[in-house]
Amino acid sequence: MSMKVKTRQVDGITILDLSGRITLGEGSVTIRDAVRDVLAKGSNKILLNLGDISYIDSSGIGELVSAFTTVKNSGGELKLLNLTKKVHDLLQITKLYTVFDVKDDEATAISSFTK
Amino acid sequence: MRASYTLDSSLDSVNKIEQIGEQFATKAGFDEDTVPHIAMAVREAAVNAVLHGNSYDTSKHVVASFETTSESLIIRISDQGPGLDPDKIPDPLAPENILRGSGRGIFLIKAFMDEVNFRQLHPGTELTLIKHRTPAQSGT
Repeated sequence: MSMKVKTRQVDGITILDLSGRITLGEGSVTIRDAVRDVLAKGSNKILLNLGDISYIDSSGIGELVSAFTTVKNSGGELKLLNLTKKVHDLLQITKLYTVFDVKDDEATAISSFTK
Repeated sequence: MRASYTLDSSLDSVNKIEQIGEQFATKAGFDEDTVPHIAMAVREAAVNAVLHGNSYDTSKHVVASFETTSESLIIRISDQGPGLDPDKIPDPLAPENILRGSGRGIFLIKAFMDEVNFRQLHPGTELTLIKHRTPAQSGT
């Protein structure tokens, strides 16, 4: 199953609801394009909802890191929402869990962005 | 039980090798938490061979072999690339590398398997991934 992205706005925050697999050649490019598209439209506060991500490999992890640094370098913020156990465990193993700002509640995540 | 596959250097081959790895791990009796880890390690090794080894070169092949013994599940994946020196792979956990967009594949393979061995083929590299079975699993 390839990855799908749905975009919505809540209180000035762009939420990308991702579903499917983030792997080399599948979701990786989709995430990159989606984040670039958001930045190009002038928004740099992005919440990646990973609740429906069934699988992620090292390329997908790398793409999350690249998205994080791209948004940060543009002066914005990128946070992660609703990690599955698999994704959570992978971020722990790769010591990225503390790099990302990870939330498990959308309202809390929205209010945590710098206004 | 053993099987060997010679595949082209494509993402389809990566997906196929991952699926076969998952099937072998399941049949070897590994539990529901371990099977996905083995499948991911196999996928990362296949990506390494197709992308970093053969650079998607259609004239080069990837060979994947799977063997279940009474003690272990053994997976060998080889490419025809320029060769990989495991000592020169940067540590992805080092502070200077933590925000890199790549370089975590071999790390994940080592995290999920019990043994990982590299062999230079001149040309190419063979990765051997080993996961030990428990006595209960060996009886299946």
